[in-house]
Amino acid sequence: MRDVTYVRPRNLNDAVQLYKATPECRPLAGGTDLMVMLHARTLRPEPRAVLDLWSLPELKGVRRVEGMLEIGAAESYTGIIRSPEVWRHLPALVAAARTIGAAQIQNRGTLGGNLANASPAGDTLPVLLAYDAVVVTDRRAVPIDGFFKGYRTTALQPDELITAVRFPMDRQVLFRKVGTRAAQAISKVVIAVCREPARIAIGSVAEIPLRAPRAEAALATGDLVGAVTAIAADIRPIDDVRSTAAYRRVVTQNVLAELLNQ
Amino acid sequence: MTVRFTLNGREVSSEGSGARRLLDVLREDLRQTGTKEGCGEGECGACSVLIDGEVVDSCLVAVGQVEGRRVVTIEGLQSPLQQAFIEHGAAQCGICTPGMLLAAHVLLLRTRRPSADDVREALAGNLCRCTGYTKIIEAVLSCAM
Repeated sequence: MRDVTYVRPRNLNDAVQLYKATPECRPLAGGTDLMVMLHARTLRPEPRAVLDLWSLPELKGVRRVEGMLEIGAAESYTGIIRSPEVWRHLPALVAAARTIGAAQIQNRGTLGGNLANASPAGDTLPVLLAYDAVVVTDRRAVPIDGFFKGYRTTALQPDELITAVRFPMDRQVLFRKVGTRAAQAISKVVIAVCREPARIAIGSVAEIPLRAPRAEAALATGDLVGAVTAIAADIRPIDDVRSTAAYRRVVTQNVLAELLNQ
Repeated sequence: MTVRFTLNGREVSSEGSGARRLLDVLREDLRQTGTKEGCGEGECGACSVLIDGEVVDSCLVAVGQVEGRRVVTIEGLQSPLQQAFIEHGAAQCGICTPGMLLAAHVLLLRTRRPSADDVREALAGNLCRCTGYTKIIEAVLSCAM
């Protein structure tokens, strides 16, 4: 590993200032993605510093803010799974968190990290899209629809830190992940669906986690069969080491049909 | 920078960048080689340690992140699980065993009477290429209250 400076802020305000002031710096939360890439030296540009957000109390916890449920950007998936408020209001997020890695990863992985890493296979990201979550940063609130700009590229500005994610508490969202095994698997296809309002969000089938506009339009009129047909034109999967485009197309339609018929 | 933490009940410190992997500090600086490196990607669990009682992959932790925290490695574990693994033939090559034991230890602290499925879920982040898992699951279940 290249010599990387470790920067530990005293509090969130300090973190915001340090992030602006430190060149070539990456925010570090639970490290489940970043530490792998740092060690393998696969990040471009390669950072010279990491800013440790993991222990900041301002970025932990679950609370109600303005009628929404807010989860701190550095709260772990384990914390999310153990939260009675999240169980009650966001069961699809609990379902997604439980499919991520296993205990070791759930104890360290965070929503802020999943968002900032912006992998097309990020397991919570379709759930955030289906809930119309709001990404809260040090300076603004960013709607999740439009947050993902391209492959591993987000709407965040270069010196902007994610601080929390807010969710509406009155939505019925269903979640399903298809991977090679139940644990420790990167998704082949990952879907979150809401009937009202019509939201169909899907990961691992394009360069970003995406909403399926044609399928959503059909679902909004109550045309479930039409939604399943239409989603074929919304996705653009590829062949890669985890699966094939053809398999992903079939599974996407089958899983969507299953979720819509529940 | 200097990072101070508790390792198996003893105060220890680490010099150097806080961005180094906890795994490397444990093995190379502190010579605690019971913690193994398997994949270095958070897939295999061979480098599992406990931080404040939670099982984590030490290849994914920057050592600066354990400042003031309690780290337990296999060298600090005293559990009936260890004898049970011997008696059930739950260790073969041994690379996964330290992580298996620590993950199983956390399970037994939380769940006094786990089912076989509970054991499988708790150990899902620990890969074993020798045993086929059956002996490991039997060993853990034999220690359930």
